[in-house]
Amino acid sequence: MSDFTKLAEAVFRGDFGSAGQITKEFIDNGTDPLAIINQGLIAGMDIVAPKFKAGEMFVPEVMMAARAMAVGMELLKPLINDVDIPSKGTVIIGTVAGDLHDIGKNLVAMILESGGFKVIDLGVDVSTDKFVEAAKEYNPQVIGMSALLTTTMIAMKDTIDALKEAGLRENIKVIVGGAPLSQDFANQIGADGYASDAMSAKELCEKLAV
Amino acid sequence: MLIIGELINTSRKAIKEAVKMKDANYIQQAAREQLEAGANYIDVNCGTMVNNEVEIMEWLVNTVQEAVEAPLSIDSPDPKVIAAGLRLVKYGQPMINSISDEKERFESILPLAVKYNPKIVALCMDDTGMPETGEDRLRVAKSLYQKLTEAGVPDENIYFDPLVKPISAVEKAGIEVLESIKFIKRSYPKVHFTCGLSNVSYGLPNRKILNRLFVVQTMTMGMDGYILNPTDKEMMGAIYASQALLGLDSYCMNYLKAHRKGLYEA
Repeated sequence: MSDFTKLAEAVFRGDFGSAGQITKEFIDNGTDPLAIINQGLIAGMDIVAPKFKAGEMFVPEVMMAARAMAVGMELLKPLINDVDIPSKGTVIIGTVAGDLHDIGKNLVAMILESGGFKVIDLGVDVSTDKFVEAAKEYNPQVIGMSALLTTTMIAMKDTIDALKEAGLRENIKVIVGGAPLSQDFANQIGADGYASDAMSAKELCEKLAV
Repeated sequence: MLIIGELINTSRKAIKEAVKMKDANYIQQAAREQLEAGANYIDVNCGTMVNNEVEIMEWLVNTVQEAVEAPLSIDSPDPKVIAAGLRLVKYGQPMINSISDEKERFESILPLAVKYNPKIVALCMDDTGMPETGEDRLRVAKSLYQKLTEAGVPDENIYFDPLVKPISAVEKAGIEVLESIKFIKRSYPKVHFTCGLSNVSYGLPNRKILNRLFVVQTMTMGMDGYILNPTDKEMMGAIYASQALLGLDSYCMNYLKAHRKGLYEA
């Protein structure tokens, strides 16, 4: 009876007005909030991902879609317990020590969030200690580190080593990204994965977080 | 107009391979090609070689200078690497790429900017993070200008880089840069500017048209230096044409010379 397709399409089109409106209508007629999230909002983002990968959709459109989804989520959050929000896992994300670049990291955080992950964004210039403390506090499946400078990307290895020392490395996957990085570099420092853009980062998390 | 050729950078696969194999010919060819295409400076960047960046910078600088007598832009955020490069530079006035107003980076690179009298790229960012507005950049530029000139760096050596972000992620990223140039130029008419352009188009289709138009827009505001691929003839066409249109090319001689040499395409 509920037509979730319309909601999914509003998200896919990045039409946050309609996304909010349709979500409200569903809420008003008593639709299960989790169904609205899964079959409407997340379903919409699921249309976006492959199109972005195929080069048919572009970064601004992905951002609009994520925003449309967020509009719906904001309306639904008060109706459900935190624990019931469907989550694919927790990801801690941050730009490493000495590095203040945040655009790429923010994009990844947004895409992960709209892809159903709980994201703890530690911001920029995140020290090794901060990553380790956050890992203890939030018990994430994945830690994602970003660096835009060749001088700061070395800090990623320090964090991986520190996680090992703290006995946390076994249970946490580490992924890295940023303009000067490569799969080679990720291998070299012992990371579990490298992603070249936000959508691949999401896919990587989906693979690693299970 | 200062064209800094960006091709000798180990983040590019072919250069990385050439460095690994110590293939001097390939590196020298890349240097020659860029000069012939109209570059004034050859940028040398081996930042991805984190384990032995100093040693590779030395090899690259020597290798390039064996082939061409061109001034070099020594490109690294690491003062040790910049120092190693500057020590070996033989031709013309070198360039440091780059300093910023991040405390540690500024203090460690400043002595090099004094000792070698180079041109110096000054990134408009400080410890508070990436700048957002034109005013943000002006604030950082002011602080950098004061400290650099107090230390004896002449205005003409300073090349402010306003930092170009992708408009796909930051809607106002283009206009922010245009305003920054205007603000900084108004305060310090004798300084220069430079930037890497291609960031602006990240995440969008048909990036070349965005890059090319952004060259024209920034030049109109007073940008007079670019780090780019000078063998991109369409990009070079936009630069030669824009210079002539802005009245910066006496009797259109550069435009015509470049035309005869086949350096650009319409």
